[in-house]
Amino acid sequence: MPAALRVHVRPQHARRAAALGILAAGGVLLPAGSAFAGVFAPEAGGSPNADDIRELYWFVFALGAVIFFAVTGLLLYSMLKFKAKKGAVAAQIHGNTRLEVGWTIGAALILVVISVVTFLKLGAIQDPPRSGADGIPVTKDGTFVAAGSRQRLPDDGKSLNIEVNGQQYLWRYTYPDGDANSLNNVFAYEEMVVPTNTTVTLEIRAQDVAHSWWIPKLGGKFDAIPGSTNFTWFKATKEGVFTGQCAELCGRNHANMTARVRAVSPPAFEAWYAQQKADIEASEQAAGDKRAEQIAAAQTAAGSTVTANAESETETP
Amino acid sequence: MATTQSAPTIPTAAPVPQITAREVARAPKGWLAWLTTTDHKKIGIMYLVLSFAFFVIGGVEALLMRLQLAQADNTLLDPQTYNALFTMHGTTMIFLFVVPMMAGFGNYFIPLMIGARDMAFPRINALSFWFFVAGGAVFYGSLLFSPPECGWTCYAPLSENAYSPTGGVDAWIYLIHLTGISSLLGAINFYVTIANMRAPGMGWGRMPLFVWSILTYSILLILALPVIAGAVTLLLTDRHFGTHFYDATNGGSPLLWQHLFWFFGHPEVYIMVLPAFGIVSEVLPVFARKPIFGYKAIAAATVGIAFLGLLVWAHHMFSTPSPTYVLTAFMLGSFLIAVPTGVKIFNWVATLWRGTIEFKTPIYFVCGFLATFLLGGITGIFLAVFPIDWQLTDTYFVVAHLHYVLMGGAVFGIFAGIYYWFPKMTGRMLSEGLGRTSFWLMLVGFWTTFLIQHSAGLSGMPRRVYEYPDVGHLELYNLISTIGSFILALGILATIVNVAVSLKKGAVAGPDPWRGNTLEWFTQSPPPVNNFDVVPRVRSVEPMKDIRRQIDRQARSSATREPVGAPTAGA
Repeated sequence: MPAALRVHVRPQHARRAAALGILAAGGVLLPAGSAFAGVFAPEAGGSPNADDIRELYWFVFALGAVIFFAVTGLLLYSMLKFKAKKGAVAAQIHGNTRLEVGWTIGAALILVVISVVTFLKLGAIQDPPRSGADGIPVTKDGTFVAAGSRQRLPDDGKSLNIEVNGQQYLWRYTYPDGDANSLNNVFAYEEMVVPTNTTVTLEIRAQDVAHSWWIPKLGGKFDAIPGSTNFTWFKATKEGVFTGQCAELCGRNHANMTARVRAVSPPAFEAWYAQQKADIEASEQAAGDKRAEQIAAAQTAAGSTVTANAESETETP
Repeated sequence: MATTQSAPTIPTAAPVPQITAREVARAPKGWLAWLTTTDHKKIGIMYLVLSFAFFVIGGVEALLMRLQLAQADNTLLDPQTYNALFTMHGTTMIFLFVVPMMAGFGNYFIPLMIGARDMAFPRINALSFWFFVAGGAVFYGSLLFSPPECGWTCYAPLSENAYSPTGGVDAWIYLIHLTGISSLLGAINFYVTIANMRAPGMGWGRMPLFVWSILTYSILLILALPVIAGAVTLLLTDRHFGTHFYDATNGGSPLLWQHLFWFFGHPEVYIMVLPAFGIVSEVLPVFARKPIFGYKAIAAATVGIAFLGLLVWAHHMFSTPSPTYVLTAFMLGSFLIAVPTGVKIFNWVATLWRGTIEFKTPIYFVCGFLATFLLGGITGIFLAVFPIDWQLTDTYFVVAHLHYVLMGGAVFGIFAGIYYWFPKMTGRMLSEGLGRTSFWLMLVGFWTTFLIQHSAGLSGMPRRVYEYPDVGHLELYNLISTIGSFILALGILATIVNVAVSLKKGAVAGPDPWRGNTLEWFTQSPPPVNNFDVVPRVRSVEPMKDIRRQIDRQARSSATREPVGAPTAGA
């Protein structure tokens, strides 16, 4: 037993040295975080939740890299050092309880650390913050308040709420305006227009099969599943177009079920929204006029048909 | 009492069951011998050969997909063909390759390792194999009409009649049923065999670790298979008999499918890798010339992984609409599983420590397994943290992770098993040169193919897409991956050539070419129909080491006494 203990001091040194090396390398890598997005880390930079996920990712990455290089280093060292040579005799060690208990606890501790850090970060990732001062003014009883009772909202209860509906093979977005009439809501396909610095909450649903909403720079995936509603949020920190696509196999054209979020300045958004709203009202008005016209025409026509019918009835009893 | 026949005296310390043959039927010859056999070794070989054939087919499907993805916006395959290919690839590799391959090794070696003369139920064993054949035939029969396109997970509602009206999904359902019955029968057979037919002296604490892993594999199959059988039956009645179990528009729940599927699907991962862990635990001590480090810890970790493996299924569903406490519970459960898995890896590395490692092909594959599986395990931690998983799930990062776990874990383990046990099954050695060539090509090919896929996923490439735009470096990543996949295929080809050549021309192996530790090396290569004329009493985890030591001792002291438990044939 003492012999077994003695040999196991050395790998720990080796491991510690390897760990230090990795930490140093990590120290160089971490500041360059965004430069490595898409190679070593997920995309971010569009919304704080995506940024927080990436920070958490880098933490797990650093730990994982230390463990990977330490264990493979030990493996390679053992392979080279203990290759069979003439006269070498293998040590007949069956185990070492203290060492085994040690690495079991060690592994568990690493996971406790990851859990703690995850819980510390979780709030920032899950809970939507308030809109910025220059975001669009969302009023409590006004146009853009999220209505979902199960949904996480900013602590002032104000967010721009958009319904996302996945269908083979496109995304439809509806901007509820708060009134009972859901037919006059602003809607869009594929491209969602949002104001910057404003907290946007999403209600995600599916119409046919399961889909998954994903704009990498604006946070993680949230499945759109028929019969359920899923929720997430983002807050675009800068203007620009953020692309993504459906991430759950939804049929033959799954690869081309793309989604775009165009973040514009709050005034531009309000102008866009007002224009859409006006267009809808105008078209409703036009449709109403057309309908009235048709009804009137139909009534006139009906009047003449009735007389015609009355005439024909008298002819053929 | 008066009619008692005098039993032949056998030189073992404890009596073994005796069979008195009254009539000897002439054994069938040629192909009929294979068709009608109930011999666990012949059934084992049929399992191994057929599973490997499916591995090749699944591999060709993978290469076709890699060709399609080699370029952005490629038009080599249409979306329908591509979706069918990844469905066939995943289903084949899981249900028709890895699981039955492990059943093949188990069939051949469990009776030999525990000193039994066959499996407990030889005819059920044959039935189990033929169900597997039927499952494969039904599934690949769908090529004649229209193969399924819903992925190996066949998520409802996509797999419902409204969205997948062709019979492909039905073929998939029958594959699940038929291979499921096959595995269930096999699992019960393994369990009964291991529980009842061990050599005298082989208590639970002296069972080889491969036997432990097959025992655990069997229990997991028995627990998980009925759930998927029920789930696909509900899907079948949804599709054809007007039920609405998974149909949200009629009060059903698509999420129910996901829960039922993964309640089976996650244990299935351990069903595939635990036997590979068992092979690794057998190969390492033999070639390091050192006992396995922490036998009890490894056996306990095997059982612990299986138990926890039943409790973590929803980590495949972190992006579904689920409450945060559910996500948290499944995250922590998945973390827990990393502990026994880590313990195993540490124990394996410690087995090499201070050994005298003889670098033959099996140990190369085992070392390749260790490094590859380690990375798969570490990326598993990334995926277990559910906020991180929100970015990674359903992307190429997951594709990379699962191939590191299943290819690095199961396939490298299987190849170690092939090189380790081929001499026992055929009596001939595989070529070392070709074996090492195969290993290096496979290792380099594998890492080239799959390491870069992490980056593709991190760049935003979802899995199961037949084409992608050339945004960022996506085309470069995919081209690298495609090149790697062909190197990997060359490596597998080298092993196929090796087997084909060595069957006839390999060096004669003899009963114990590696100086093994376990009882399969006690008999001839290939073993006779009854496996052992004499079953020795087992005194440790390494009975062959004890026997060799005893023979040495007796040879040295030139004892006049007949050696106890010495190999009687082909020694």
